[in-house]
Amino acid sequence: MSVAILCRDLRKTYDGKVDAVRGIDLCIPAGECFGLLGPNGAGKTTTIEILEGLLAPTSGTVEILGMTWREHERGLREWLGISLQETRLSEKLTVRETLTLFASFYREPASIDGVMEELSLTEKADAWVGKLSGGQKQRLAVATALVGNPRILFLDEPTTGLDPQSRRQLWDIVRQFQKRGGTILLTTHYMDEAERLCDRLAIIDHGKTIAEGSPAELIERLGGHHVLEIAVSGNGTAGDALWKSLPGVQSIRHDEDIISLQVHEPHETIPALLAAVQQHGSKLEHLTTRQASLEDVFVQLTGRHLREE
Amino acid sequence: MEPNQSKSTAANGRWSGYYRLLQARMKELIREPEVIFWVFIFPLLLAFGLGIAFRNKPEDKIAVVIVNGPRALQVQQLLQKSAQGRSIHADVLDEAIANDKFRLGAYALVIVPQDSGVQYRFDPARPESVQARVQVDDALQSASGRQDVVKTSTVSSSEPGARYIDFLIPGLLGMNLMNSGMWGIGFALVEMRQRKLLKRFVATPMRRSDFLMALTSSRLVLMIIELGLLLGFGILVFHMRVAGKFAAILLVSALGAISFGGLGLLTASRAQKIESVSGLINLVMMPMWIFSGVFFSYERFPAIIHPFIKALPLTALNDSLRAIILQGASLSSQALPIAVLAIWGGVSFALALRWFRWS
Repeated sequence: MSVAILCRDLRKTYDGKVDAVRGIDLCIPAGECFGLLGPNGAGKTTTIEILEGLLAPTSGTVEILGMTWREHERGLREWLGISLQETRLSEKLTVRETLTLFASFYREPASIDGVMEELSLTEKADAWVGKLSGGQKQRLAVATALVGNPRILFLDEPTTGLDPQSRRQLWDIVRQFQKRGGTILLTTHYMDEAERLCDRLAIIDHGKTIAEGSPAELIERLGGHHVLEIAVSGNGTAGDALWKSLPGVQSIRHDEDIISLQVHEPHETIPALLAAVQQHGSKLEHLTTRQASLEDVFVQLTGRHLREE
Repeated sequence: MEPNQSKSTAANGRWSGYYRLLQARMKELIREPEVIFWVFIFPLLLAFGLGIAFRNKPEDKIAVVIVNGPRALQVQQLLQKSAQGRSIHADVLDEAIANDKFRLGAYALVIVPQDSGVQYRFDPARPESVQARVQVDDALQSASGRQDVVKTSTVSSSEPGARYIDFLIPGLLGMNLMNSGMWGIGFALVEMRQRKLLKRFVATPMRRSDFLMALTSSRLVLMIIELGLLLGFGILVFHMRVAGKFAAILLVSALGAISFGGLGLLTASRAQKIESVSGLINLVMMPMWIFSGVFFSYERFPAIIHPFIKALPLTALNDSLRAIILQGASLSSQALPIAVLAIWGGVSFALALRWFRWS
């Protein structure tokens, strides 16, 4: 299988002071949908812009489709479709005119009507960009990337600020592109997006990869697929040692009043938990159980939530 | 492996990017009502307003005021029956009002009748006031019986080409080329940079030179329309006579538009915010607004700074447009101002391309 995106020990220091990226290695095979997941300011955008050839790294190497930016910039641009974070396209051009303009830059562009059809923009073909909704504008941004008939699609925070319906529409577009054999690299700080869309992902924090793998693998590494969230009152002296002693508990996390237990099998843990609470004369105020998510992975690795400011 | 986009259109040629960029730019300009107003309508309004205000009146009467008093009417009658009476208009008003209106410019001269003779109150800094004093004195003296020793006669001469409007229109044309070059290129670029549109463009295989050429070309198309409108307006409304060759005017205007486009590009080469580039553009244009002789001749400035004034691109453009339009000068006689324009344009473009930031 050929490699679409490869980078080694990527570093970027702004103005000699701010280390935005501190050694990232990626190897993304062709045909994969790969995600960079991380909180705001983790270095995702800097990383993707270096890979897109828009920023020069301070050190490290980048190869796209086996070529380097230094030697093959123009050729590479023909193969990449890029959607930047918050580009504001010309408001006084129509959707069709905007796509015609972007298509004109490529030697062998895709059909404009075809792209509009695929992204449900046909109805808005003759509407000014300024009149589009947020979701339509975002689809148009992706359309300007697809109109070049790319092999690799780079999407920087493609669904930030969109309503749930528009997000699902964009996910479908990405899946369609992948079905045709395309490779996708996207950044996101939505764990559900990463979980549903990406074959593999790298969790980025403070400019470094802190975990890499498929969503299922990453969750697997937590040690438990399920999370029990409980709150107790009364003789609240019951320490972590008690919870740890319950059958199937892999790890414990405190989140204000809520105690989260990562467990293998909830049906084994819950009866023991209830018995233990009663034995200590405490009262159970709250009990829920849910599937473990990438959010839990992130919290376990960093002690922080993804969306914390 | 390679994604199969359902229907691929025919391959694009070398110039498709340039052509579509120019087309998009022109569409954007036409759809912006403010652009139409500032580029096309405003200069015409300015020319019309100034042309009317400074038109050569058939009989330019000098307005003077006589301070009310026992001999006021006598002085007024003397003025009316004098040989120059036709060109002097004299009102009689109370002293306070007369002084007030003199100060506001409604009258060029205040005449204060005294027991024997009159006293003139005039402002040596106002040319029309100085002139009024001479004329009124002349009129009063001759009407009172002064005999002139030398016999003189006069012929009036006021031909198209020497009027204020003739001076003004080439100046407005030059100023407009400067404005639209600086704002149309400088401001537009920074706006696109701020919107990250420039970065988005360089993320495609677009040739950067195509982009800059298309932007400059769009100014040239506008330049041709501006030129036609202003000259046509001058010819139709003010019966202006264009002495020079149209091709020469077009060529110098195009050079001016490109030169100011380069200056606009340089001004915008690094600015990240439209607020900062607005300040820069005004800073660059300010000396030219003042010195380059748009509304009045720069000959009025001290001779010592003339070399500096003549080195400004707008001065070169205005001088050469005036020489060609008003005096029918040939292109070769304009080698110096053309060289000044070319140097400004060339150096600006070269520096701008070195410093230009796409993101």
